[in-house]
Amino acid sequence: MSLTARHLEAEGIPTLIIGSARDIVDEIAVPRFAFTDLPLGNPVGPSGDAEQQRRILTAALRFAEAAVLPQSSVVIPVEWTGPQDWRETYMSLDDTEALAAAGAERRANQAAKKT
Amino acid sequence: MTKAHRTFVSYIDKSREYYAAQGYDAPYRWATHTNAPFTPFTKPLSQCRVGLVTTASLSPDAPLSPYTARSQPAPASLATEHLSWHKGATDTDDLGAYLPLDHLAALAADGVIGSLAPRFAGIPTIYSQRRTNKWAETIREALADDGVDLAVLTPL
Repeated sequence: MSLTARHLEAEGIPTLIIGSARDIVDEIAVPRFAFTDLPLGNPVGPSGDAEQQRRILTAALRFAEAAVLPQSSVVIPVEWTGPQDWRETYMSLDDTEALAAAGAERRANQAAKKT
Repeated sequence: MTKAHRTFVSYIDKSREYYAAQGYDAPYRWATHTNAPFTPFTKPLSQCRVGLVTTASLSPDAPLSPYTARSQPAPASLATEHLSWHKGATDTDDLGAYLPLDHLAALAADGVIGSLAPRFAGIPTIYSQRRTNKWAETIREALADDGVDLAVLTPL
């Protein structure tokens, strides 16, 4: 998505990314980025919290309008009331045996598709 | 309070370690740049037509390609199961959390933005950066046809 933003911007359409994968967006370097520190899947605000979604969206739009330089970014304050250990549970490495088995199965499936 | 690691998640580090644990030795090579293009706004936000771009698909069996669809009425849901969001911590049952079409329509009614573009666009997340750039041009043409002044990208 960051590459798409760069392309649109280079071709004359201003862009704003609202997203939660800060490091990926920062590495690719985009024109305007509003960061929401939420679990992946809900970049505009927690699922079911329309009021917060609208507040985040409005703040991001106002930030975009004010930005005068590329790679402008803002950290938007968020309130997350779901599981507080979400940072640890995403792509967890706790069960290495299951991960190795899942990888092996996926490779076997892909090899089977090719033949 | 002190700590020995950064607060926000590094998804580059996480995904590299995760796929290594699955036996994928060659890590994904992320695109990286030290600067970004920039196109200034030509009018105030309150006059801008805003278009949304998502990584979600219209249906689980939709072809892997860019698409456009009507913004209003907003679709009841989009297909997201194939994407790497945090399925253990949240859900995508609420479109407003990742494709805020109705919120933008409300902001247009309130005069915060000029209008919501008649169509939103989707661009699947794929590994090929070359193909992504080609798809981005397809999306750009649709946004330009709709007179979009600001594209808001909300990747899952």
